Amino acid sequence: MSTTNKIGVVIGAALILLWCLLPVAWIISLSFKSQEAITNGSPGFLPSEGGGAGWQNYRDVLADDQFLRSILNSIGISLIATLLSVIIATLAAYAIARLEFTGKKFVLTLALVIAMFPVVSLVGPLFDMWRTFGIYDTWPGLIIPYMSFTLPLAIWTLSAFFREIPWEMEQAAQVDGATSWQAFRKVIVPLAAPGVFTAAILTFFFAWNDFVFGISLTSTERARPIPAALSFFVGSDPFNRPASLLAAGAVVSTIPIIVIVLLFQRKIVAGLTSGAVKG
Amino acid sequence: MAAIEMKHIVKKYGDGFPAVNDVSIDVADGEFLILVGPSGCGKSTLLRMIVGLEDITEGDMVIGGKRVNDLAPRDRNLAMVFQNYALYPHLTVYENIAFPLRLAGASDAEVDQKVREASKTLELDEHLERKPGNLSGGQRQRVAMGRAIVREAEAFLFDEPLSNLDAKLRGQMRTEIARLQKRLGITTVYVTHDQTEAMTLGDRVAVLKRGVLQQLATPRELYENPANLFVAGFIGSPPMNFLPARVDGDSVELPFGRVRLPAEKAARAQGKDLLIAGIRPEHFEDASVVDADKVTDSTFTATVDVVEWLGNEAYAYVPFEAPPEVQRQLQQLERDLDGESLRTQLVVSLDGASRIREGDEATIWVDARKMHLFDPATGENLTVDASRAGTVPGGDAMAKAERVGEQQDNVESSSDQATT
Repeated sequence: MSTTNKIGVVIGAALILLWCLLPVAWIISLSFKSQEAITNGSPGFLPSEGGGAGWQNYRDVLADDQFLRSILNSIGISLIATLLSVIIATLAAYAIARLEFTGKKFVLTLALVIAMFPVVSLVGPLFDMWRTFGIYDTWPGLIIPYMSFTLPLAIWTLSAFFREIPWEMEQAAQVDGATSWQAFRKVIVPLAAPGVFTAAILTFFFAWNDFVFGISLTSTERARPIPAALSFFVGSDPFNRPASLLAAGAVVSTIPIIVIVLLFQRKIVAGLTSGAVKG
Repeated sequence: MAAIEMKHIVKKYGDGFPAVNDVSIDVADGEFLILVGPSGCGKSTLLRMIVGLEDITEGDMVIGGKRVNDLAPRDRNLAMVFQNYALYPHLTVYENIAFPLRLAGASDAEVDQKVREASKTLELDEHLERKPGNLSGGQRQRVAMGRAIVREAEAFLFDEPLSNLDAKLRGQMRTEIARLQKRLGITTVYVTHDQTEAMTLGDRVAVLKRGVLQQLATPRELYENPANLFVAGFIGSPPMNFLPARVDGDSVELPFGRVRLPAEKAARAQGKDLLIAGIRPEHFEDASVVDADKVTDSTFTATVDVVEWLGNEAYAYVPFEAPPEVQRQLQQLERDLDGESLRTQLVVSLDGASRIREGDEATIWVDARKMHLFDPATGENLTVDASRAGTVPGGDAMAKAERVGEQQDNVESSSDQATT
């Protein structure tokens, strides 16, 4: 690569990074300013003289029971939805990739149709249904819609992964004395691990970032997830929202997702390097 | 360890494709049987039916006296080596070999003892902790074999295990497999398309064409007494020469001249018009290097087109013209054997001492006692010595394969139309 090209790439990358990370940086900057400084106007990136709040905003946020409760809700709901969704999707995708059965195309098409459905159009009916069923404002009330919206994507991703695995692997396991279930669990699932974790990340993202269901299907802190909770984070004066506290809350709420992605990503890379089989 | 009996095995796929047609083979306990044939002859399908990965449409599969048609692969207790080895890439070599034992619920001590034993046999000791992805082709092959020998299986099944290796390694592994099989004395069924592997490894060889058994015999019987044109053309390298021939009394007229036939062979070919004579390259010789008393009237002269001198021997090529009906049959045969020859030519294997050079008018002696005569219509060998030809299925196997071939082509073309 010529020097001009290299410089071009570096500048391009820097611009994109700036574009993507500036809002994040700004939120972090806000979270370290005191409330008064923001109300009075504090245009600088770094807190002005005397306008810094240090870790006070974070301490306040973490001392807030409502906030902690909503973090717990989000983690719990997202993890359970991810786990169930991935398990069901793995089984379904395996069946779709390996077995010939009538209605296979129908299942795949249906999955796509569900994924295309606008979320907002379902919120009204779900609100009524959930209240009738008595699962309004509960964890299951959110886990179910999250699962149904992430399953199609997970099934499509995973069935692509399963199709890549040579069928001989499974046959070898069966000849070696494995039942179909043992072959699936001991050979196919480990080989599809990168796919499983990809699906898990996508599912977790969806569940963690969802706002529409979170705000419509909950009414109290019993099940309200963090994105909805942040919008209710008003403080004492409703006309003067605590921007710095909100910023600190937003920063805190991104930490779990970063941790999860880093954990899962390692699995994806490890899976991809496990190597070919043929000589 | 057990005998495997295949009784009238038929495999028809859902779309009507007849992959295996009424094949009956008995494999004795401890025998090394080879299934050989060109691609698409149903040999792998047959193997997969033995192991249980493919359903049997008709017929009985009996292993160790027990009918196994409806048993799952894991209940048949057979060990198989796959063409692409099918090693588990997420497990170490040790765990790959231990896999069948762990499934059987063996104790750690037992697993360790058996895996170490297998790895010692296959010289895998220093690779036990590595993953298959880091191994060479030959090492992977050995791991796949380790996974097979670590169990006390009823039989070994090999599905073209050497086809992914380079030529040198293939030769070494071939010997290794033969040695291992002799030592363990375990019933083995081995699928290959390579006639060298078939000849060198097998106690007996089953030649298949289009899912129809052509001949089941020892390598020597196949070589010396092929039941039909197909077997004759498939076994041997360089392949048998096929020449148009007319028998007249006790002599046979070949494109190059007239050669005397042994009376017994001539008698079998009486009353037929045009025949195909099959003569192996080594049954020709430069007349000048043959002992004078052997050179009878079975000599002819021909112009040699090309000579390939290999030191111990030389191959001389002599082109000839064949009448259209023979030509058609030979071209068909060539296609069946996955080959593609541009011209009809005679390949003659000469002694290394021969001085024949390109363009020479050479006097060539032919050993007419070793000549076979085939019926061009059915492909049948008229001069076969039935007592030394192993098992030859009745009912004209080659013509039957031909008919099956047409059916297969029909199914394929109709499914092609369906997809387009």
